[in-house]
Formats: sequence, C-alpha cells, structure tokens
Amino acid sequence: MPEASAPIVRIRNLSKAYRRGTQVIPVLTDINFDIARGEFVALMGPSGSGKSTLLNLIAGIDSADQGSIQVGDVEITTLGESDLARWRAGSVGFIFQFYNLIPVLTAYENVELPLLLTHLSRRERSEHVEAVLNVVGLADRMDHYPSQLSGGQQQRVAIARAIVTDPEILVADEPTGDLDRASAEEILQLMDRLVREFGKTVIMVTHDPRAAEKAHLIRHLEKGELSVT
Amino acid sequence: MFFLKYILRNLFRHKLRSVLTIVGVAVAVLAFGLLRTLVGLWYAGAEHASDTRLVTRNSISLVFPLPISYLDRIRGVPGVTSVSYGNWFGAYYKDQKNFFANYAIEPRGYLELYPELMLSPKEKNDFFLDRKGCIVGERLAKTYGWKVGDLITLKGTIFPGQWEFVLRGIYHGKEKATEERILLFHWSYLNEALRQTVPRRADQVGYFVVGVKKPELAPEVSMAIDSLFKNSLAETLTETEKAFHMSFVSMTEAIMVAIQIVSYMVIAIIMVVAANTMAMTARERISEYATLKTLGFKGGHLGGLIFGESVLISLSGGVVGVAATFPAAHWIEVELAQFFPYFSVSTETILLELLAALSVGVVSGIFPTWRGATIRIADGLKRIG
Amino acid sequence: MGIPYSYSFRNLWTRRLTTVLTASGMGLVVFVFAATLMLTEGLEKTLVETGSSDNVVLLRKSANSEVQSGVERDQASLLESQPEIAIGADGRPLLAKELVVLINLKKRVGDKPANVIIRGIDAASLKLRPAVRLKEGRMPRPGSAEVVAGESVAQRFKGCGLGETLRFGMRDWRVVGVFDAGATGFSSEIWGDRDQMMQAFRRPVYSSMIFRLRDTGAFDAYKARVEADPRLTVEAKRETQYYLDQSEAMAKFLRILGLVLTVIFSIGAVIGATITMYAAVANRVTEIGTLRALGFQRKSILASFIIEALLLGLCGGILGIFAASFMQLITISTMNWASFSELAFSFTLNFSIVWKSLLFSAVMGFVGGALPALRASRMNIVEALRAT
Repeated sequence: MPEASAPIVRIRNLSKAYRRGTQVIPVLTDINFDIARGEFVALMGPSGSGKSTLLNLIAGIDSADQGSIQVGDVEITTLGESDLARWRAGSVGFIFQFYNLIPVLTAYENVELPLLLTHLSRRERSEHVEAVLNVVGLADRMDHYPSQLSGGQQQRVAIARAIVTDPEILVADEPTGDLDRASAEEILQLMDRLVREFGKTVIMVTHDPRAAEKAHLIRHLEKGELSVT
Repeated sequence: MFFLKYILRNLFRHKLRSVLTIVGVAVAVLAFGLLRTLVGLWYAGAEHASDTRLVTRNSISLVFPLPISYLDRIRGVPGVTSVSYGNWFGAYYKDQKNFFANYAIEPRGYLELYPELMLSPKEKNDFFLDRKGCIVGERLAKTYGWKVGDLITLKGTIFPGQWEFVLRGIYHGKEKATEERILLFHWSYLNEALRQTVPRRADQVGYFVVGVKKPELAPEVSMAIDSLFKNSLAETLTETEKAFHMSFVSMTEAIMVAIQIVSYMVIAIIMVVAANTMAMTARERISEYATLKTLGFKGGHLGGLIFGESVLISLSGGVVGVAATFPAAHWIEVELAQFFPYFSVSTETILLELLAALSVGVVSGIFPTWRGATIRIADGLKRIG
Repeated sequence: MGIPYSYSFRNLWTRRLTTVLTASGMGLVVFVFAATLMLTEGLEKTLVETGSSDNVVLLRKSANSEVQSGVERDQASLLESQPEIAIGADGRPLLAKELVVLINLKKRVGDKPANVIIRGIDAASLKLRPAVRLKEGRMPRPGSAEVVAGESVAQRFKGCGLGETLRFGMRDWRVVGVFDAGATGFSSEIWGDRDQMMQAFRRPVYSSMIFRLRDTGAFDAYKARVEADPRLTVEAKRETQYYLDQSEAMAKFLRILGLVLTVIFSIGAVIGATITMYAAVANRVTEIGTLRALGFQRKSILASFIIEALLLGLCGGILGIFAASFMQLITISTMNWASFSELAFSFTLNFSIVWKSLLFSAVMGFVGGALPALRASRMNIVEALRAT
C-alpha cells in the first residue's frame, strides 16, 4: 500500500467527556491519530471504550471538548452547526448498524435523499442514484420499501445512500452488527471494493474480529486511549 | 415536492391516528363555527334593524306605557315622516310552551314603516278592514298549520282573557333575516276591550315607532321627542331601533360571552389533543430525524417536515369541518326552525374556522418541531439500539 | 392471575408528558361539563332559595310573573281576611301587598342598560323574607322617597350604592341602605315604600300579595277555595314553586346548552384518549408479548390497559373539577327571560356534581381505552415477541 502524501484525517489532542448530572465521565482523552487516504481502518474496543464517540466526532455529528480534527483541508471542530451540516452532506457517507432507512421512502428515494441537498437536476439525480444502486447490485429493487427488503439488502441500500454524493470518507458504525454471516460477508466485500476500486477511505467501528480482519489497519481503544495493534 | 411527498407518506403511517386527529379537529371546527353562528344570530336582530326607524318608549322601563295622546305631538316633530304605535301583547297559543311574539299595532302606519313585511294588496286590505283581523309570518303559520280565514285564539298573560282573531294575511320576509314568527293585530281591538273591562289601562301604548327622513336626523329627532315630554308624568326614551334591540341583547350578554368563551375552549381542547399526537409522532421518529441530520439535512428541513405534517393534519380537519358546517347549518335550519328561523354561516365564520384549524396545527407543531430541529444527532441515534 | 395495578400506574408515570397532555384535554372537557352543571345548579339554587315553602304568592290569573300581575284593591281586601294567614308576634297578619315593577338602570361597568326589579314593600314584607338582612344604612322610612338596594344591585348599578340617588317617576329616591339577601333573587332587587311607589308610578293596583300560611298543610285546600271564588281572579302558588317556575326556561336552556357542548367536547377528548392509548399499546408490543409468554391471560392484559385508561380519565376528572371549583368565585349576571329582569347567580359546586363529573371522566377514559386495550389483548404472542 503506497503511503499518500498527507493524511486525510488528522486528529490532535482530542478529548471528550459526558456529564451525567454532576458526574463527569471522560470518554476520550488526548487522542492523536492520523488516517491516510484510501485506508480501511477498523476501530475496536470493549463497550464504553469511546470508539463510537470517536467515530461520531470524525463524522461531525458530535462535538469535541478539546483538540482538533482536520478532515481533508477542513478543521471541522470550528465549524458552526449549518456549515457542519453542509460539510457532512458533501464529504462524509454514513453506514449504521440498523441501516436507518426511512421506512416511508422507497430504496430509490432513500438513496436520493442526500442529493436533495445539492443543486443537481432531477435527471442528474436519477443518473447518480441508478449508478450507485448498480454498484451495490440492487438496481432491480429500487421501488421496494425497506420493509420489503432483507437486512443485507437494506444495508446495501444504506451503503448506496452513503456513496451517492461521492464523499471521500465513509464512516460505518457496526455495519454488520445486525446481520447474519453471509450478509455480513457481502457487506464487508462491498466496503472492501469501495476502498480498492473507488479509492474511498473507510473508518469502521466493530466488535466482530472477522469484520476487522477485512480492514487494513486495526486500532484498539481502551478507556478512551488509543493503541496500535 | 419531495418534502410534500414525504409528509404525505408520513401522514399515512398511522392511518388510524391521523384519521382520529382529523375527525377531532373537524368536530372542533364544526362546533366552533356553529357556536359562533349562534352568537351572531343573537345580535342579528339588532344588526338588521333599520336606521331610519326610532322607538319611543317610557323612560322608566318597558313595563310602563305611554298615553296615546303623544301621537300627534310626536308627528309634529320636524324630520318625522310617519308614526305608528303598538303594545307588546305577550299572549300564548293554547299552551304556555307555544310562545311567540305578538303585538297589538296600528296597522296602516305600521306596515308602511315595516315594508319588509310583504303582504299581497288583497291580504293587506282585508287585514285593514277587519277589526278582529290579524296577520302572521309565514314560518309561524307553517308551525301551527294556520291558513288565511282561520280563527286563532290566544290566551293573554298581560291582558287576561281569551282573545279571538281571524287570520287575514300571511306575510313573507323581504330578507332572510326578517322575523317571520310574529303575530300582529289591531291595537284598537285591544283598546276597545280594555275600555270596557279595565278602563284605566285603555288609551295607552307600549311604544311608538317613528320614521325619520334620513338616518343622520335620528339623534336630533330623538332629542326633540324626548324633550317634548320632559318632566311629564310619562317621560320618554327615544332611540334607534338598533339601539333598542341592542339593549335587549345586552341584557343576556353574559350568556353569549360564556358561549363565545366556550367556542374558543373547543379549539383549545383539540389543540391539546393534536399537540399530544404530534409530540408522540415526533418522539417515535426521533432516530429518523437524527439520520436525516447525519446526511446533512438541517434543523430547518426537519422543522418543516414536522411542522408541515402538523399543519396538514389540522388543515385537513379544518376543511372537513368547514365542509360539514354547511349541511349542519342546513339541518338546524330545517329541523330546529322553531328556534332558528335561519342559520346561515357567514364567510367570516368560515375563514375563522380555517384560521382556528391552522392555529391548532401551528400550536401543536411548535414543540415537536423545536424538539426535532434541535435534536443532537448522537442522542437521536442512540435511541435506536 | 391479574397484573398489579401499579403496572398501569407506572406506565402512565413513565410517559408523563403524554399523560399530562391527554389528562388536561379531558380535564378541560370535565371543566366545561362541571361548569355548566354548576351554573344551572347556581341558578336553581338562587331562585329556589328565594322562596319559602310556607309562603304563598297570589298573582292575577295567567300572569307569569309578579311584574305582569295585578291585584285589584277590592280583591286584595277580600284576600286579606282569610283564616289561613299566619299572625305575627305583633298580632298583625303576616301578609304583604306589594308593587313590583321593572326600571331600566345602567350598569356601572360598560354603561349598559338592564331591567331591575323594584319592589314596593309593606310592613310585613321583611318578616316574610328571613333571608333579607340589612347590611349597611337603615330601612326606608314609610312615606318617604327612600329605597334600599340589594347587595348585588348596589355593586353593579349606577346610582344604587349607599347614599346615591336614583331618579324615576319624577322624583329622586335616596338609597339609605344596602341589604344582604344571601344567594337569593332578592339580592338583585331594590325595595322602597309601596304607597310612595304606587303614587310615583301611577299604579292604582297591587302587583302581588305574599303571606305566610298558619299551617303549611292547608295550602291545597286554600288554593282550591280561592281559585274557585267567583269574586276573585287570582292564582295561588307556593313561593318556592313560583320561583322554580321563574327559573325553568333559563335552566332548561343552560341544561341543553351544557349537554350539547359536553357531547361535542367529549368527542374530542375521547379521540385524544384513544390516540394516547393506541400509542401506549404500540410502544409496548414486546412487553405485552412477554407478559403473555409469562402466563398472563388475555383478560388480564385487557384489564390492565382498561385500568390505565380509567386512571387517565380520572386524572383528567380531578384536574377538571379542581379548575371548576374556582368558578365558584364568579357571579354571572344576566336577564332572566321569565321575569325580564336582571338576576345574579353564582356557579355552585356540590357533591352530586363532583361525582357526576368523575363518573363522566371515567366513562371518557373507558371509551377511549376500550379499543386499544382490545387490540393489546388480542395480540399474537409469537409476533408480539418478535417485534422490536
């Protein structure tokens, strides 16, 4: 794997704590972490180790207490609410454990959702949606509602939704956590393909050692601190 | 477009819940409209009163009469075109329950002053010529099945005894609002009877109706009439017919105010119900909102989504309610004709109904909208597991 | 095997916001329900308490009220000497020949005119109305142009306060006293010397006669005799009956209005309860499946949800009654159609209204909860457990 010139994610002195009443629970303490372009990173660790929080911070859906997170050329910790939303819409794709598809929208409409925030015309949108549905192999199911699809298929629709805006980074929180072995394998292969063929950077949180095996790099989080394996 | 589609699909997610809420709003809007119309009717008599007619009565109160001798002096006041007079008769037909307005009046002047009571020339003439004749409004005639030529016997409460009249004419109201539940008969018939039985009550009238040339003269003429009888045994109070009606209306105002308060309360109740439903709906979809936010949608988008649903549900209810108002008003007009001779819903009421529905939607949407728009993504997503 | 009541209660507690909103919706309905009952009750109480069952009112035949009535002097003297009339401590008969007319007065607030009853009283008038007590000032001296005003009139009408003057019948009348008549219709009247008033109003006849019965059981015989007497054209009524008749039209109107409003309102509230309970069931599908798997029967589930709905309804009921109890502070003043005169009465809460309201709220809760509870109890165990 050739080293890219500059890392796509650059984390410096990152800390985050939660307050429950008067109690302060540190989740992440002084994290320093770089992710290179085109990398497939797995974040592992026991429950409560802060791995999901770290993922959320990189994705810009949670805010840090301290430190800096640079994604590409953007320092996201300084972005305001609406700039952050705009940034997310263009630069990050999300894959969730429970797919989080909108039940009242069809597969096509679910994938189209992020494009509604762009200035693309209806026709351009449809081209994009059909292209990514082809990538995940569900072009024939685009008029189905989530409830008419299997878990694996729903996750593939979710992946299509994540890549439809062509973001550089994909973040995945336990993407195989709710799937059987065979479907999980399919999803991991699909993510691997996204890295190899489309040059995406994937950051995945997982419990599953077999899922982690697919990654190029595994990082362990323990009590808010990072270690390399 | 897309958002509208999304909102519509959300509406059909809990069909039963949406239907129940729409029905609830519709019922509330309907009730609101009908109550408002009811209150409006209360004041309708005054609103339709002519402004070129004045009413002169005893200044102490309505139960005190005025001497008939005032007639010529009132006639002499400049600006007065014609004068007639009458007495509230207060009798009932067969049973106390069959109560309707009946007056002893001086026919020629009265019908001239009230052109909205329309009679055929023949009926009018027959009425003028028959000392025992009476005329009634069409609706009243229909209620008791009276036909021209019938003998009608009323039982007096203020003027004791059985009073017999021959029905000489049935009048139509010129306008919808014209009262058609009145019986009018010759004042002279009453007066002659009184002369024989209770002479001290004879030659007195309850009120004079005074026609003026033009509305602007009303205050001047009123003052001129009242000053004529100042410091006499029976001082007068002259006011426009409208003010006269209003003084009656205002006496029962407390009840009307209560009904008005209640009509707004209906809306308040349904607001609580709708707010509850929306809060529940938004709570159930919180992870969906978080997902949308993750994808880059902003608080405003989500707010629009929730608010749109809330307003759409309430407005649908409002439209159903408005649509139901017309048949309901018609039903009241037909079935409860005895109490409400006409029950027409004003455009203003319809607009207010829609406004009420809209405000139900807006108010019930505020809290869930705010919650949805400000939800922290990490918290919203956490709820899934 | 039943599910403990605390399960229903805790479920309501867990969803506090929804519970509070639904209960307040129902509370508003119960409030309206209770308030209209209280208003009717207040009106009837006022007019019923005005009368005393030992007193008899004599009116001209077919006159509906004292204002419309007239009793000629010759008839009055015949009626004065009947044996049924009680004798007072001073040895004189407890009988009053009164004059009752309406005068048009303006309200202090808003300047709106209203008809007020003015009563020309006789020496025995006060003794016949034990509820009437002088509160301030003194009673009018016989033969003078002085009046006393009921508390409610004194407060609300121009010129009726202590020391003020009223003008009618070409004379000025000084208000020398204010009387307290409790919750009776007399509070809405002005009293003065009868003979002075008859003169001022040019009324040669009395309006009505009131007397106390020596023996309250003698009324029927007395009524039959007097009404059959060819020399007399009067009608005798017990005072209680007379005032009850006066309240009839208004009470009926209020009752119908209350009924219509309550029906309309309860539709809204029942819908609210149904939605809430359906959501409660939907949120707890797995829980219901678990309970069923543990061996609870369908009817236990049904009962548990019904109890939850009833509790919800009762919360609303208590809320509504609590709010309605404050309405007792409010006095309504309006024209009584029967007498055409202003009458003041208050919202009155009593035990019967409280339990009627609670029952009503429970019924609303039950109706709202019945369908969702049925759905919960009919759920298939396996499917319910599978739903996440």
